[in-house]
Amino acid sequence: MTGLTFRFDPVTLPPEAIALRAEVRAFIKEHEHLMGFTRSGFNRDFSRAMGKRGWIGMTWPKQYGGHERSSFERYVLIEEMLVAGAPLSAHYTGDRQSGPNILRFGTEQQKQHFLPKIAAGELTFCIGMSEPNSGSDLAGTRTRAVKVDGGYRINGSKLWTSNAHRSDFAILFCKMAQEGGAEPDRHAGATQFLLDLKSPGIDIRPVRNLLGEHHFNEIFLTDVFVPDWLLLGKEGNGWNQVTSELSFERSAPDRFLVFFQVLREMLRMAGPNPDRATAAALGRLVAQLATLRSMSLSIAGMLQDGLQPNNESAVVKDLGTRYEQDIPVVARQLFPTEPELEAADLYTSMIARATMNAPRLSIQGGTREILRGIIARGLGLR
Amino acid sequence: MPLRDETRMLLESMDRLFQDKCTKQLIDDAEKGTFPSDLWHAVTETGVPLAALPESAGGADAEWSDLYYVLRVTGRYAAPIPLAETMLAGWIAASSGLELTDAPMTAGPVRTGDKLTLERDGNGWRLTGQATRLPYACSAARIILITDGPDGEMAVALDSTEGAQTTEGRNMAGEPRDTLTFDHLRLAADAAAPVRGGTTRETLYRRGALARAAMMSGALERAMDLAVTYAQERQQFGRPISKFQAVQQNLAVLAGQTAAAVAAANFAIETLSRNDPAAEEFAVAIAKTRVGDAATLAAEIAHQVHGAIGFTQEYALQLATRRLWSWREEFGADSEWAARLGRMVCARGPENLWPALTAA
Repeated sequence: MTGLTFRFDPVTLPPEAIALRAEVRAFIKEHEHLMGFTRSGFNRDFSRAMGKRGWIGMTWPKQYGGHERSSFERYVLIEEMLVAGAPLSAHYTGDRQSGPNILRFGTEQQKQHFLPKIAAGELTFCIGMSEPNSGSDLAGTRTRAVKVDGGYRINGSKLWTSNAHRSDFAILFCKMAQEGGAEPDRHAGATQFLLDLKSPGIDIRPVRNLLGEHHFNEIFLTDVFVPDWLLLGKEGNGWNQVTSELSFERSAPDRFLVFFQVLREMLRMAGPNPDRATAAALGRLVAQLATLRSMSLSIAGMLQDGLQPNNESAVVKDLGTRYEQDIPVVARQLFPTEPELEAADLYTSMIARATMNAPRLSIQGGTREILRGIIARGLGLR
Repeated sequence: MPLRDETRMLLESMDRLFQDKCTKQLIDDAEKGTFPSDLWHAVTETGVPLAALPESAGGADAEWSDLYYVLRVTGRYAAPIPLAETMLAGWIAASSGLELTDAPMTAGPVRTGDKLTLERDGNGWRLTGQATRLPYACSAARIILITDGPDGEMAVALDSTEGAQTTEGRNMAGEPRDTLTFDHLRLAADAAAPVRGGTTRETLYRRGALARAAMMSGALERAMDLAVTYAQERQQFGRPISKFQAVQQNLAVLAGQTAAAVAAANFAIETLSRNDPAAEEFAVAIAKTRVGDAATLAAEIAHQVHGAIGFTQEYALQLATRRLWSWREEFGADSEWAARLGRMVCARGPENLWPALTAA
């Protein structure tokens, strides 16, 4: 009948979500001085303040420090914070994926220990997946765990770990060391651990990005001991678990709001009465943004219904990053400038920031090519 | 918020109707000039064309949104009938108290540059001006035009193109787009009435644009369906071409654009029940812009995946892509609606962009 494989049903936000929006805007106004260009600011005090308001772990069970609110309310909170450029980094990963993964696969002890602290904004998590030799090909992970008395001994390294240098824990993806030769199943032995980054044997080194910023790190693990109780889920179930963690990461509403402030500045540059070509170029971007938001809201609806919208999330991330990368391209066509990071002029510095950040958008959290492969699989082609 | 059950059932039955009756032969014949009366009759029997009108006007007080979802189905099947036009004509005629019919109707003007003036002439009227590229004007039993009258906009109902200088035309999909020129055409008193119920020229243009967005989203679904199926069936180098990453990546892009087009059209269709012209204007501008953009990229990819066979008249793809190429220009091209949208957001100012996007 129809070729529409992916459903994006229209969604109306419930009244409690709309009421929450006003509250969040007021909170942001109070903390105006802490807002930045994007959400990448790291501020534990701000995260704790958000935790106190019940805005971390919003959808988690109350028995684990959550607030049992709807996916729609979470959606509204996140989108307001993203647009404002709130410093979310000290809790964002834990809220978005580490906590939900512990909720899904963790023991009662782990849930009781970690989730309330994440929800309070007191515990920072990072993502222990990528390595020098495995980015897109996560199954090529070389970090190895060996069972020892009372726990595991882990050796290897991770790369690109954002904020590892100021995080408390990582969810580490690795493999159980196998006896003998080649592994017939590349996913065999995959395992996740809750890794305390204060453990002996961990060496975290900065990797600066091309803007000179320190977000990325390389983590070297030399005979790191992880006690039994910090095994997440089951030995050998790591592939399912990491896939689940990735699907949490990808269904977040943050794939098209990174450069919102740039779009807003472009409107300011255009003035109230732009010529036709300028108006059309800006209108095209706004139409894409509004549509992406509508699709993303649909995904929130699917999450609320307990579904795992992996294909839909891949679609929104693919479309979203393409739209975002177009923003500095269109900006320089409409309002040429010589961009400079530390320029006093807001537009000039923003365009420098957007231009230099643009490449990472279609690489982080699943490259464009991988996402399109996921979509292709969703179409039945693979 | 999935579709209501009644909506789902309506769409399923319309889908079955078109699947059954809207054959390639019928579409080809229509393009050669044979109006598909049987198909029109079958559609009329469902009550859909006038369904959103009040019962007093022969309707069923149905939701306008349901009817626009049906337009997606007509787009999917490339149905060569003026369903959107009849819906819009019926809406104007019923609101103004003009006589309507469930025979094919059309409404205009469909282009912003057209000028249509109505002057008093004794106890009747005289119509002057031009209605360009009116869909199905020569097959229509009623032509409803919104004109500039002495005291404001007036809806005019004509029984045919008689009295007009008519130039037949076709869009790229072979659908009739006829231009009517009027030179002080005399009309009886009851052939015109003031517009009422929000059925202005501007609103007609907007709802026509939304109709095309809905229809295009259906044509996009069809193009994607064909491309995905073809890629899985066509074998080259010992395997289906769907096994090649280059083809998979292209189809993934096509799927994304199709999903976005459907979402954008839905977003605008859902504003119809809100009775908020400003919200509708904003949403339709988004939809027509986004769907037009999607149509351009999707038509390219669909043809590329099909190779030479997709470029033939015999194969069905061209029924979808010629419509995408045509409909994206009608009731305002995406560049026009993008400019409208851009002007709207710039006029409201940068600080109002986010509030406008998040208005409930």
